[in-house]
Amino acid sequence: MTNQKQKININANYKTKYGFNVAENYVYKTEKGLNEEVVKKISEMKDEPKWMRDFRLRAYKIFKEKPMPTWGGDLSKIDFDNIFYYLKPTDNQKRDWEDVPIEMKETFEKLGIPQAERQHLAGVKAQFDSEVIYGSLLKELEDEGIIFLGTDEALKKYPEIFEEYFGKLVPPSDNKFSALNSAVWSGGSFVYIPKGAHVKRPLQAYFRINAQNMGQFERTLIIADEGSYASYVEGCSAPIYSADSLHSAVVEVFVKKGARFKYTTIQNWSNDVYNLVTKRAKVEEDGVMEWVDGNLGSRLTQKYPSCYLVGERAHGEVLSIAYGGKGQHQDAGGKIFHISPNTTSSIISKSVSAFGGRTSYRGLIYVSPSAKNAKSRVECDALILDAESRSDTFPTMKIDESSANIEHEATVSKIGEEKLFYLMSRGLTETEAMSLIVSGFIEPIVKELPLEYAVELNRLIELEMEGSVG
Amino acid sequence: MLKIEDLHINIEGKEIVKGINLEIASGEIHALTQALMGHPTYEITKGKVTFNGKNLLKMNPSERSLAGLFLSFQYPSEVLGVNIANFLRLVYNKRVKKTLYPAAFRKLLKEKMEILDMKEEFMDRYLNEGFSGGEKKRMEILQMLILKPKIAILDETDSGLDIDALKIVSKGVTLLNKTAKTGVLLITHYTRLLNHIKPDKVHVMRNGKIVKSGGHELANELEKKGYTAFEE
Repeated sequence: MTNQKQKININANYKTKYGFNVAENYVYKTEKGLNEEVVKKISEMKDEPKWMRDFRLRAYKIFKEKPMPTWGGDLSKIDFDNIFYYLKPTDNQKRDWEDVPIEMKETFEKLGIPQAERQHLAGVKAQFDSEVIYGSLLKELEDEGIIFLGTDEALKKYPEIFEEYFGKLVPPSDNKFSALNSAVWSGGSFVYIPKGAHVKRPLQAYFRINAQNMGQFERTLIIADEGSYASYVEGCSAPIYSADSLHSAVVEVFVKKGARFKYTTIQNWSNDVYNLVTKRAKVEEDGVMEWVDGNLGSRLTQKYPSCYLVGERAHGEVLSIAYGGKGQHQDAGGKIFHISPNTTSSIISKSVSAFGGRTSYRGLIYVSPSAKNAKSRVECDALILDAESRSDTFPTMKIDESSANIEHEATVSKIGEEKLFYLMSRGLTETEAMSLIVSGFIEPIVKELPLEYAVELNRLIELEMEGSVG
Repeated sequence: MLKIEDLHINIEGKEIVKGINLEIASGEIHALTQALMGHPTYEITKGKVTFNGKNLLKMNPSERSLAGLFLSFQYPSEVLGVNIANFLRLVYNKRVKKTLYPAAFRKLLKEKMEILDMKEEFMDRYLNEGFSGGEKKRMEILQMLILKPKIAILDETDSGLDIDALKIVSKGVTLLNKTAKTGVLLITHYTRLLNHIKPDKVHVMRNGKIVKSGGHELANELEKKGYTAFEE
């Protein structure tokens, strides 16, 4: 075998594909840094009800008081004073693609959003920095009572829903970054699926950071009413700057009795974005929540989608896939809280680290004394492609009920010479053999992705390789 | 033609192969009794191995395969998540330098699988994952039928096979030898495989050297007398 080691560099062509930016041409931009005035200004710009303004101000206080968490990745380089908290790109959201300002249109066209909409999607939201600039929903779904709006617009139209649900699952006090998001949130999606409605095609949102030193704080609220079914997909990317950006979202999903909701994320932020997101679902009787969480980009991601299984026989699932390349740390996983009897869950995590990158699995399974016969399965597998890269596992199990049935499996593997030799003996180059092993490793999760994302992910792994002496 | 000249091999500093010579022409079947391959860390200390005049020792496994050499593994790796049909289409297209699309390839694959008495469902399983010993050996022979090599080296392909599986594997090897004129080198401890695949030449290897070469009758002699009769 040759000594020339080929390695897989998943985002080798990030710069041309996602890393472009368009000229900054904002309707409004707050000053850099955060203080009470900035929070008030955001609320004022959005012409919000008083309770939301108070909510923001309360959250800002909590954000200031809470210390920076130190249990995960290195957050010490985040400079909160050097970030723009609100950038308004355009006056209002467009319903017709033709009305979207040209530079934003070009951005999303380059990212393939309108094509995907025509081919696969039930509805689309496109967020550019702080605001949703384009939205659509198939007419027949609108007629069925399905609501898919930017969160700001939805707050104006359905204030009573917001007072009931907003911030109830992820309160500002949950963690420092949920407090920050609550103080300065802007954009995001609001989804309401009425009782019994089945939406077959996914709803999609795409989040794009364009400006330098930008902080994007979208807020997503989803309610799947009794017996309904729907799925939601989000993608994210940003230009490459040498300065850091911050993405800190909060997502709350309410899955009602017998409903089923699938939430898929493929984040491919550029390597200067801190991605610190809180995602949580509350699942009622016989409800099913599935999180599919793909983390490819960002400098540091800390994200553990969670399910509170509050109704009997509720089921929660997290499929997590992470790639940690050069200068990256993906700290991902999932949390499941079994509150009611006969609830079931699974967390499956697959991570790949290469080029000195780092992945960590962090997970929690909690079974409360009230959750008789809870069943959970955790599987986390890590693949490490070279000696400079690293992977860690931090599983926590808190089981307060003796009838619980909990399985946990973890593996860490390296690409074995034996497997490479075997595949190469059939005519594959070393690089081809390696990419086949990596694709195979993540295949169980990729097959859960919507087709266009699965194809994209496989293409990224197949194509982006770099020759370097190992 | 595969030509081995004065080959010496060390494993962990100890000389295991002490100078063997072997020539296998297209369409010939040779049997070499006693195993010498399958060790991950071997070192060739002396000798030449050429394939149609090209130095095989300077090629990596991929290049050797594309040149028309096939090695059937004694213990094939399990490769999780890799769909057999997709994988075989990939290597087939590389080997024949054309693009056969999935539907056409699956048809070809199905035909080959029928020869080996393999169920069609196998093509959508993951490569060797959870396969029994016998299934893995069949998968090796299937790959060989797909790649149609000029020279195939079968390392202990018979070990761990029951009589039915042995017959099927033999059928595949014989078929390829007859139809594609593939030269075959069977490396085996036992002579029972040689009742199903008739080699043109048998080489008995003892203590790192070929001590006797002969026709098929040598296999019978070996079966009757045992290896010790061939000690120097």
